[in-house]
Amino acid sequence: MSHWTVAPVVLPAMLAAFILLATRFHAPMQRVFSVAGTVALIAIAVGLFVQASGGDVSIYQLGDWQAPFGIVLVADRLSTMMVLLTAVLAFFVLLHAIGTGWDTRGRHFHALFQFQLMGIMGAFLTGDVFNLFVFFEVLLIASYGLMIHSGGTQRTHAGTQYVLYNLLGSTLFLFALGLIYAETGTLNMADLAQRVQAIVPSQSSGIRTAAVLLVIVFAIKAGIAPVHFWLPASYANAPGPVAALFAIMTKVGAYAIIRIYTLVFGPDLGVAQGLLDTWLMPLALIGLAVGMIGVLGAVRLDRMVAFAVIGSMGMLTVAMSLFTETGIAAALYYVVHSTLATAALFLIVDLVAEHRGRTGAELRRARPIPGANILAAFFFASAIAMTGLPPLSGFLGKLLILDAAFDSPQVVWAWAVILSTSLVAVVGFSRAGSTVFWKAREAAEDLEDDPGTEMDNVDSKPEAHPERQPVLPLVAIGGLIALIVAHTVLAGPINRFMAATSAQLFAPEPYITTVLETEGKKISYDGGHGSDDHGTEAAGEHGSEMTPGAEEEAGGH
Amino acid sequence: MELLVASGIGVLTAAGIYLVLRLRTFPVIIGTAMLTYAVNVFLFASGRLTVSAPPILMDEATRYTDPLPQALVLTAIVISFGMTAVVVVIALGAYLGSDDDHVDEQGGALDAVRKLEKAE
Repeated sequence: MSHWTVAPVVLPAMLAAFILLATRFHAPMQRVFSVAGTVALIAIAVGLFVQASGGDVSIYQLGDWQAPFGIVLVADRLSTMMVLLTAVLAFFVLLHAIGTGWDTRGRHFHALFQFQLMGIMGAFLTGDVFNLFVFFEVLLIASYGLMIHSGGTQRTHAGTQYVLYNLLGSTLFLFALGLIYAETGTLNMADLAQRVQAIVPSQSSGIRTAAVLLVIVFAIKAGIAPVHFWLPASYANAPGPVAALFAIMTKVGAYAIIRIYTLVFGPDLGVAQGLLDTWLMPLALIGLAVGMIGVLGAVRLDRMVAFAVIGSMGMLTVAMSLFTETGIAAALYYVVHSTLATAALFLIVDLVAEHRGRTGAELRRARPIPGANILAAFFFASAIAMTGLPPLSGFLGKLLILDAAFDSPQVVWAWAVILSTSLVAVVGFSRAGSTVFWKAREAAEDLEDDPGTEMDNVDSKPEAHPERQPVLPLVAIGGLIALIVAHTVLAGPINRFMAATSAQLFAPEPYITTVLETEGKKISYDGGHGSDDHGTEAAGEHGSEMTPGAEEEAGGH
Repeated sequence: MELLVASGIGVLTAAGIYLVLRLRTFPVIIGTAMLTYAVNVFLFASGRLTVSAPPILMDEATRYTDPLPQALVLTAIVISFGMTAVVVVIALGAYLGSDDDHVDEQGGALDAVRKLEKAE
C-alpha cells in the first residue's frame, strides 16, 4: 500500500490551508505556492498514471482499516487518467488566472482553487460512494466561492441559482445513498458490486430506484438534459479561469456515471435492466441538440461556450449510454478532448471580453482588440476542435463515437443527431468568430465618430498596448491547444490506452478483489470471555465509526 | 412508528419541493432546509428503526441498532448546515445587489441588473 495514492488529495488540502493561513496577505507568495503545488500535483499524477497504466489496481486504506469497514482510495487506469487530466488542466488555468490578474480581483482565489482540486481528485480516487458524496461537497463548496469570485451583482445572482441547484442535487444524492444502504447494507463500491448481484429481481424496486436517483444526481453534475438548466448561467457568469476549471467538473459527473454503472450496476446486471440502457441515449441526444442549438442562438460568447459544454456533454453521454467497451473507450477519448477544448475556449473568451471593454462578451461588432490575430487563431483552432471538424481531436472523438454507435439499435437516431448538430455548431461558431474577429475592422470605421465605449479604448490603446497583452494567458491557451494537437497526433496510442481502460472497467473482478481482500485492521468481535473483550469491543466500535469519521476528516480539511 | 417516520419524511419532502418550486430565494432556502431534514430522517431510517437498543455490540445486548446511518446523518447534517449558511449569504448578496430575489434567470430582471450595473 503506497501512500502516494492519497497524495493528490492531501497535497492540495494542506496547501490550501497553508495558503489561507500563512500567505493570506502576500499575493506573490500565494501564486508561488499555488503554482508549485500544482506542478507537484502533476508530477504525482504522472507517477500514479504510470503505475496504474500497466493495469494494476492499487488501493489506499485510510487509517489502515480494511474495506468495506474503512474507506479506500482506488487508483486504477480510469481514476489516474482523470487525476492527471485535472492536474494538467489546473496548471494552465492557474497560469491564465495569474497572467490576467483574476486571482487578485477577490480574496482567497488560490486557497479555493486548491480546495477545489482536492475535491475533484478525491472524487476521482475514492472507492466509497458516501465518500464520493463528501468529495462532491468539497469540490462544490470550493466552486461556490470561485463562482462568485470578485463579486458583481449578476455573478452573485447566477451564483445563487448554481448553489441552490447543487444543494438540491446533494439532497437527492443523500436520498440515493440512504436507499442503497437500506437495500444492501454497504456503501463501499466493490462490496456493493457483489451485494447488488445477490438481489433477486422480485425485490429489486428499492435498488432500481436508487440506481435511477444516482444517475439523476450525476446527470445534474454532468449537465445532461433535462437537468442542465443551471449550467449556462453559471458557466457564463463565472470568471473565465474558473469556468475553464469547471470544464473538469462536468466530467466528474460523467466519471461517476461510468464508474458506478460499470462497477456496481454493470450492463449485465439483471436488476438494472431497462433503466439507463433504454432512456439515457434519448436524453443524451436531446442534450446534444439543445446544446448545439444554444450555440447558434447565444447572444454572448460566454453563453455560447457554455452551451457548447452542454452539447459536448451530450455527445459524451451518447458514447457512455452505449455501455459497451468500444463506447466507453470512445467516451474516454472524448472526455479528454472536450475538457481541453472547452477550457481553451473559456480562456479565449475571457481574454476577448477583457480586451473589448464594455462590449465584453456580447456577440456584436466592436473595435478590433489588441493582439486579435493570435487570439483569432486560437479561437479558430479551439472552435474546430469543439465542433469536431477535421483535423483536430474533436473530429477523431466524434468518429470513434459514431463508430461505437454503429452496432446500437438506435444507430439511426444517434448518427442523425450527431451529424446534424455538428453542422449547427459549425454555423454557430463561425458566426461568432466572424462577428468578433472579422467584422471588427468594419466596426472600427463605422464607429469612428461614435463617442462612448470605443473612445476609452482609443485613449488607452497607445500606452497600454504592451502591458495589456500579457504573455502568460496566451501561453496557457497555447499550451491547452498544443495538448489538443498532441491528443490528435498521438490518437493511436491514446486510443489503445483508452481501450485498455475500458476493458479494465468491464472486467471489474481485479478491482473488487483488490479492494476487499487487501489486509488491513479488521473489526473482530468474538464475544463472551473476560475483560479482554473490552479491547475488541472498543476496536469494533471504532471500526464502524471509522467510515464517517474519516469522511468528516476528509471533508473538514 | 414506521408509519409516523415514513409520513414525516413524506410531508417534509412534499413541503420542501413545493417551496423550492416557488423560485424566490427565501422560500427556496426554507424548502431546501426541509428537504435536508427529510433526507436526514431518511438516512437515519435506512439502518432500520430499532427502539431502545444500543448502537454497538455488547455482551449483554441481544439486539442492537445500526450505528453507521447515525454517523452518516451526522456528516450529512454538518454538510447541509454549512451549505445552507453559504447559500443564505450568497442569496442575500444577490438580493441586496440587484433588488431581485428570483432564483431563476429572469430575462427582464437580468436586463434590469445590467442597466443598474451600467448606471454605476
